[in-house]
Amino acid sequence: MKGELVLKSLEELKVIREQMHKQNNLIDSNKIRILVGMATCGIAAGATPVMQKFLDETKARGLKDVEVIQTGCSGVCRLEPIAEVYIPGKEKVTYVKLNADMVSKIIDEHIVNNNIVKEYTIGATDNSNVTSLNDTEFYKHQERLVLRNCGIINPESIDEYIGVGGAAAPATVLTTMSPEDVIKTILDAGLRGRGGAGFPTGKKWQFAHDAVSPDGVKYICCNADEGDPGAFMDRSVLEGDPHSVIEAMAIGGYAIGAHQGYIYVRAEYPTAVKRLNIAIKQAKEYGLLGKDIYGTGFDFDLELRLGAGAFVCGEETALMHSIEGYRGEPKNRPPFPANKGLFDRPTVLNNVETYANITWIINNGVKAYKKIGTKKSPGTKVFALGGKINNTGLVEVPMGTPLRTVIEDIGGFVPNGKKFKAAQTGGPSGGCIPYDLIDTPLDFDSVGKVGSMIGSGGLIVMDEDNCMVDIAKFFLDFIIDESCGKCTPCRIGTMRMYELLDKITKGKGTLEDIDKLEELCKHIQSNALCGLGQSAPNPVLSTLMHFRSEYISHVVDRKCPAGVCKDLIQYVIDPAKCKGCTLCAKNCPANAITGELKNPHVIDQTKCIKCGTCMNYCKFNAIDKR
Amino acid sequence: MPNMKTAVPFKGTKAQEKALRKVIAEYKGQQGATMPIMQAAQEIYGYLPEEVQIIIAEELDLPLSEIYGIASFYAQFTLNPKGKYRISVCLGTACYVKGSGTILEAIEKQLNIKAGGITPDGKFSLDTCRCVGACGLAPVMMINDDVYGRLTPDMIPGIIAKYK
Repeated sequence: MKGELVLKSLEELKVIREQMHKQNNLIDSNKIRILVGMATCGIAAGATPVMQKFLDETKARGLKDVEVIQTGCSGVCRLEPIAEVYIPGKEKVTYVKLNADMVSKIIDEHIVNNNIVKEYTIGATDNSNVTSLNDTEFYKHQERLVLRNCGIINPESIDEYIGVGGAAAPATVLTTMSPEDVIKTILDAGLRGRGGAGFPTGKKWQFAHDAVSPDGVKYICCNADEGDPGAFMDRSVLEGDPHSVIEAMAIGGYAIGAHQGYIYVRAEYPTAVKRLNIAIKQAKEYGLLGKDIYGTGFDFDLELRLGAGAFVCGEETALMHSIEGYRGEPKNRPPFPANKGLFDRPTVLNNVETYANITWIINNGVKAYKKIGTKKSPGTKVFALGGKINNTGLVEVPMGTPLRTVIEDIGGFVPNGKKFKAAQTGGPSGGCIPYDLIDTPLDFDSVGKVGSMIGSGGLIVMDEDNCMVDIAKFFLDFIIDESCGKCTPCRIGTMRMYELLDKITKGKGTLEDIDKLEELCKHIQSNALCGLGQSAPNPVLSTLMHFRSEYISHVVDRKCPAGVCKDLIQYVIDPAKCKGCTLCAKNCPANAITGELKNPHVIDQTKCIKCGTCMNYCKFNAIDKR
Repeated sequence: MPNMKTAVPFKGTKAQEKALRKVIAEYKGQQGATMPIMQAAQEIYGYLPEEVQIIIAEELDLPLSEIYGIASFYAQFTLNPKGKYRISVCLGTACYVKGSGTILEAIEKQLNIKAGGITPDGKFSLDTCRCVGACGLAPVMMINDDVYGRLTPDMIPGIIAKYK
């Protein structure tokens, strides 16, 4: 079908969709579908040989009614590689932690003889008897709107995308709505930008629509430069459902009057880049990009631009500079990009997750959208759950879901019986939420009130073994590395902040230093040029707000309560437990440990470099970290 | 910063130069062509030595300082050659709280080089990176395109040995 067919009318779309629907409708299809999760995390965990084995085995046995398909991320990163088996008329079965050797048994017993291989299913990991991901606690509390197609369709097939309702939104928009209607719909839906700041998307579009371009040229861009460490929701959308973003950009282009779009994507995401390239090519073949889309006279084209590893390029003006081919430095506003952006033309820039919302809103309507989430933050938010939590992965919940639900019910709480200390949201621009605020609803305004931000959606859990001063220092280290250097408050101010934090973690700080740090934070917040600098003090301010006592311990008691800051800890051998095996002394890189065989050993604190090697080697738990 | 001018002698070939000039000819005249050209150049040579920057600057009729400014701004561009095996330890937040600092230390100890360095035989180079987006497998490192997850320091010697 490929190549010959160009969608020129709604009728043609209907025909294809019905054909595809028959083939792809996951419940009605006559075929058995085996979907293997082949996003970056799956591939890293070893999904490629698993996929190959499924293909080889089904072919070798001549199983004709079985399709083996690659798909995007289902969000359960910790159990990768994952394959899901859909047998017509039955609930899917989720197999986890697979390797190629396990595949034959699944084919023999499940595909051929219809007996589920229970010991490989998701329920086997927690003895719960659950065989489908949909029935797990991890999934029950989620509402998948942005990730609706991730893990369901083959992201490299536009036919599958059309089969699940794709290509309908641009058809509706181009044939039945005026640009003003589209903007009103997005405004009414109350969609707020998912890149971090939560600015109303409809307003952005309205400004660019109203702006006058000297030669009529306007641009629409997609920020896929997901630089926030610990966030990977955009990657998952691009790898699992690239067409939803492409379509939404065409819709946005129509709304503001742009005929050219750019997707600025991280070079660190090779799989996402590959799938985007395939998707753009397919969309062009089908006439969903290019000239005269759906025969309406609307032209729209799309180009990929690769980022080159600069966090500041997540800032809109810096990103546009980068596309123009310069250093990614931000510039003063006004003029705002909506009036004078890329190549000095009116430009709209939205984030990947924002775009993934657009087609859903067009297809399902404003009313349905507003039913999800809170009044001021409608819709859902995807979070990348990581750090010290049992169920790491990608979760999508309605806005306003309490943090507790995400941490306890979905995340399965902190592993190894450790104590929860904080949840870090918003990456280097955000802050830490402590346990006594764990009932905070996750929406833009509530999270802002407790001194953090939703940000792009990284959600990193920290336990009692994480030092909050060290974490603040970690983020500052990131910021000084990534500051573009254009404005003084950010270039020099963050460096001075880092030095103060370094002093504190080395046990040389004073109470006065903490005051100085706070003062500096406020200066940088109000004087830095762009969002990166203005938000750089947030990790420090929020840890000072909620964990001030830890800072005080470092400067007054000269102790690191979490036992992280090396200069403030001591390794000590407990003579009652030490058997004198000499293993620690033999492996100490600083020769700091002395003692006779079968007699308790001693660590010379003046020589000790606090590497912890002795503790790792000791078989008798005789070494304490204080 | 590891991004200083390299002391390694330039060993570019005629074929590489031809490939570079071809890419430049393809992009020349397009808006915002500089970055894609530099990315392609790094793909061809493995790094961006002064000699390559000069070719790009001359062809695009831009001052060399501007090309150098871009090359030194973005983390992806490197002015030094990389090892045959490029090790990259993720120091993103999720990896960091799960102890990627100790992974980096273990590799530094094993190879006797610091982050940003290269072993004298040119086999391994070591860098840190900010999030490869595989946070569910933290802590994570990459050796060329292979991703290793759920690491502990004692796994490092075994993994490095595979490449020796």
